[in-house]
Amino acid sequence: MIQDMSLDELTAQYFDVFKELGNIGAGNATTALASLLQTKVDMKVPQVTLAEFRNLGEMIGGDDQVMVGIYLGVEGDITGSMMFLTKKETGKVLVNKLMMQEPDGEDFNEMELSAMKEVGNIICGSYLNSLSTLTNMKIYPTIPDIAIDMATAILSVPAIQFGIMGDKILLIQTQFTDDVELDGFFILIPDLDSYQKILMSLGLS
Amino acid sequence: MSEIIKVGMADLNTCKSPDGITTLGLGSCVGIAIRDPVTKIGGLAHVMLPDSTSIRNNTSIPKFADTGIVQLVNDIVKLGANRSRLVAKIAGGAQMFAFNANSNMVRVGDKNVEASKKKLAELKIPILAQDTGENYGRTVIFYPETGDFVIRAVGKPEKVI
Repeated sequence: MIQDMSLDELTAQYFDVFKELGNIGAGNATTALASLLQTKVDMKVPQVTLAEFRNLGEMIGGDDQVMVGIYLGVEGDITGSMMFLTKKETGKVLVNKLMMQEPDGEDFNEMELSAMKEVGNIICGSYLNSLSTLTNMKIYPTIPDIAIDMATAILSVPAIQFGIMGDKILLIQTQFTDDVELDGFFILIPDLDSYQKILMSLGLS
Repeated sequence: MSEIIKVGMADLNTCKSPDGITTLGLGSCVGIAIRDPVTKIGGLAHVMLPDSTSIRNNTSIPKFADTGIVQLVNDIVKLGANRSRLVAKIAGGAQMFAFNANSNMVRVGDKNVEASKKKLAELKIPILAQDTGENYGRTVIFYPETGDFVIRAVGKPEKVI
């Protein structure tokens, strides 16, 4: 059924399903982040939007806003990929906390880059874990890769994958609150046949 | 007072001198700038995918290199440019991450560049300069007045091609 339509035509019901999956996934990721940083981290209710490509950069806070993107593959019963995206400064805050170091400028050294990749890995892993539990499917992340660049340049990667299926991208925005407010974005990119598998596993298709 | 017109992802637009036209953060997408050096009318397309014929959901014209470039040329000519004088510059088509999870995504930046060049060759529009590939994003600004194509990247000096 879903194979015959583009993602843009996702019915309200399906949209709600992916929204709820996004909520739970982001919640789980927040818990993982809190235990990683050993602090209390609160999360505001995530905003889930089906965004048009041309507005994507603005939604994230500016097309040329420099961001950290962590991108990994999804394997197992469903296939696809996933991205976690946050502002460069936010990434730096997370890394400084993790490495228990004082702020030391904007840029990431090798060690900090590796720590950032690990933060992204844990966040995405816990997100996928909750998806796996909810759907009772085996879902594994692959080894992540990281890019620090302009928002739209990083987003072009998931956007192109959504572009194969339609003209919009499903974006989950999460706001974590620690000592400071931290904005993060999740983008889950199931391959088209995996959408159906997810819906079937939940008894909705 | 000149303006800078903004083009979003999977979009295109035209402009006349003295205005410029920009698109921010080209990653694996390709920016195709075309102008007529005499009338100084030009435009910019920000294409995401190489080929509209290989995909079923292909209603968006500016999303694809093949259909987007044709549309851009038509729009520029409609504004008063001479079709036979058009020249192009292209930028983008980076590989942002070292791996690609999806087989459709393998070398998509390169494929976008190749498809853009192929379509421009078909339309007999010469490519005067290009700045493509690598692994970083690019913001571009195109001035139909001079044909300057300004390229900015994070942590790199600005260049003009």
